[in-house]
Amino acid sequence: MGVHAGVVFAFFYAPIGILIIFSFSGDRIVGQWGGFTLDWYREFWNNDQLTNSITVSLQVALIATVASVVLGTLSALALERFRFRGRRVFDALLYLPIIIPDVTMGIMMLVFFAEGIDVVDSLLGISLAKGITTITLSHIAFCISFVSVVVRARLSGMDSRLEEAAMDLYATRWQTFRYVTLPQILPGVAGGGLLALTLSLDDVVISQFTSGPGATTLPVYVFSLIRKGVTPMINSVSVVMFLASLVLIAAMLGVDRLRSTGSNVPSAVPRGDLSAEPAVGGHERGDT
Amino acid sequence: MTALTTRRVGIALVTVAALTAAACGGDDDTSAPAPAPAEEPAAEPADEPAPAPAEEPSGCAVGEVDGDLNLYNWSEYIDPDLKDAFAAEYGVAVNESNYDSNEAMQPIISAGNSGYDVIVPSDYMVSIMIESGDLMALDKAAIPNLANLSPEFASGLPYDPAGDYSVPYQWGTTGLAVDLAVAGDDVPETWGLVFDTDLAEQYGFVGATTLLNDPRETLGAALKYLGYSLNTTDEAQLDEAKQLVAEATERIAAFESDQYDELLATGQTALAHGYSGNFLVQFDEADDPDQYTYFVPEEGGTRWVDNMAVVIDAPHPCTAHTFINFILDAENGAALTNWNYYASPNAASEPLIDPEILEDPIVYPTDRSMLEFIADTGDFEINFSDAFIEAKG
Repeated sequence: MGVHAGVVFAFFYAPIGILIIFSFSGDRIVGQWGGFTLDWYREFWNNDQLTNSITVSLQVALIATVASVVLGTLSALALERFRFRGRRVFDALLYLPIIIPDVTMGIMMLVFFAEGIDVVDSLLGISLAKGITTITLSHIAFCISFVSVVVRARLSGMDSRLEEAAMDLYATRWQTFRYVTLPQILPGVAGGGLLALTLSLDDVVISQFTSGPGATTLPVYVFSLIRKGVTPMINSVSVVMFLASLVLIAAMLGVDRLRSTGSNVPSAVPRGDLSAEPAVGGHERGDT
Repeated sequence: MTALTTRRVGIALVTVAALTAAACGGDDDTSAPAPAPAEEPAAEPADEPAPAPAEEPSGCAVGEVDGDLNLYNWSEYIDPDLKDAFAAEYGVAVNESNYDSNEAMQPIISAGNSGYDVIVPSDYMVSIMIESGDLMALDKAAIPNLANLSPEFASGLPYDPAGDYSVPYQWGTTGLAVDLAVAGDDVPETWGLVFDTDLAEQYGFVGATTLLNDPRETLGAALKYLGYSLNTTDEAQLDEAKQLVAEATERIAAFESDQYDELLATGQTALAHGYSGNFLVQFDEADDPDQYTYFVPEEGGTRWVDNMAVVIDAPHPCTAHTFINFILDAENGAALTNWNYYASPNAASEPLIDPEILEDPIVYPTDRSMLEFIADTGDFEINFSDAFIEAKG
């Protein structure tokens, strides 16, 4: 087993190791060692378009993550806790952005924004332009589905009687959500958020179709470099991104540890044990 | 603003609006005013044969700017100093975005409202975009530096004969690059290295050759080897070329359009079919630049031109014209080529171009009579694609 795990880990991490090593290679050709150098990091730092595209990517990813986490969690709650007309249709449609190929989604967005700008212009007289806003909107559109699916999985594993009990004890809907539901589904929300962040930072196809003047995201820029040949500068960018995600993961773990040692930090909860892990096993969701 | 709305687009929009409304969780989103397709009359039917030029001259004065420049270009295809110089001279910002293929750029422009002013399409893409009405007819009065173009680029280009829509930016050739360490110094400059078994064996190219994964380029090479035009519409000639490529398939390592230069430089191949500028950059970085050479075989090859053009719904058409005029300036044109290592169509620039580049036959082939543009063959294009797929087996 140990050997097996070792092989799997090597398979995962060897490419990253190679990537890091060659980001310091003095040879222009990726994969050919040419002596140690920091030139690629310097070139990366001095490349305005590249640093600009990183800023755009981060901006888009952060806004898209926050927005899709809020909207995705709300839609998960709606689908999981409430019955309403068109619920099933809504449920089915929510999966569309996950299933539709990126290219299709990208072209839909392209046409949508191209026409939408005209419509807004003729109706309201406001001339909008494609750019960071349109990229962000399109990312929110596809991230919502992913967040929603992850949060729903968590919600359906949660005993809804906890919420009923809270409301029996005169908690308002908001209090119930804030002090009972949210702490329970938080891992799902965080997981969905991370997924959204990754998807947004990763996306090439949809961003390419929705970006506008001066708003190129990092992956789109990297792909556009291919024509001129890939240099180890790309490696150095990847290493920086990799380190950034390590920091992110470390921060998450840190927060996690704080929370578990700090024992129910938001202690405004009247009874701390309400938010304790419910015995998930035997419960069926009681449909009222 | 002229909206080039087509019915197709309208229908797609309704679908998109519905889907997006669903995807956004029905929250107040902006997709509500889904317009009926017929509402907006299509100003110009798209299938009108090549719109008459000079339909609406922009009426820009020389050097006039009407906003920031939004440039949509291939990556690393303009000296950043030139952008800065333009920004400083005219007091506007230069926003550059990049694309990696003509095919990726065209639909974005064609959909409308892209926000871009100047784009840099290649030759064949210019004719496609003219036909689909994506380009603005140039106001030549606003571009006095057009006079700097060398005569061979000023007019008569097959994709835009009168230069009504496009201005050449940089040009180059497609040919063969050879690793002399493998082949020796006396390699004959012929397509036979690819298509003749004996020659391929003699110089050690069997299993060490890449051809472009492009029907027009690769079948074009075979057509040239056979002594035909690479724009032939004769099925028998194309058939012969197809046979040649099919036979060559057994000897080549890959059909490769992106990394052929790296494969050559890392020693994985010894003969590569590709674009002049890419090879030159790659050779320049090699330990021993003299180990490699590039040539257009004596039977002839293709020549390509990338062009500046103004998008039909460019938000800042005057800035766009001013930018084109700026690039056509003798000094700026030379700076462009000195940075890019691609040949300049600008005759006035030549005295200012680094002699090393100007005298390099790789960049400026001495005999240009053997070069041909890839012209749009219309309905025959499909024969090229089919033949290529069959040849690749």
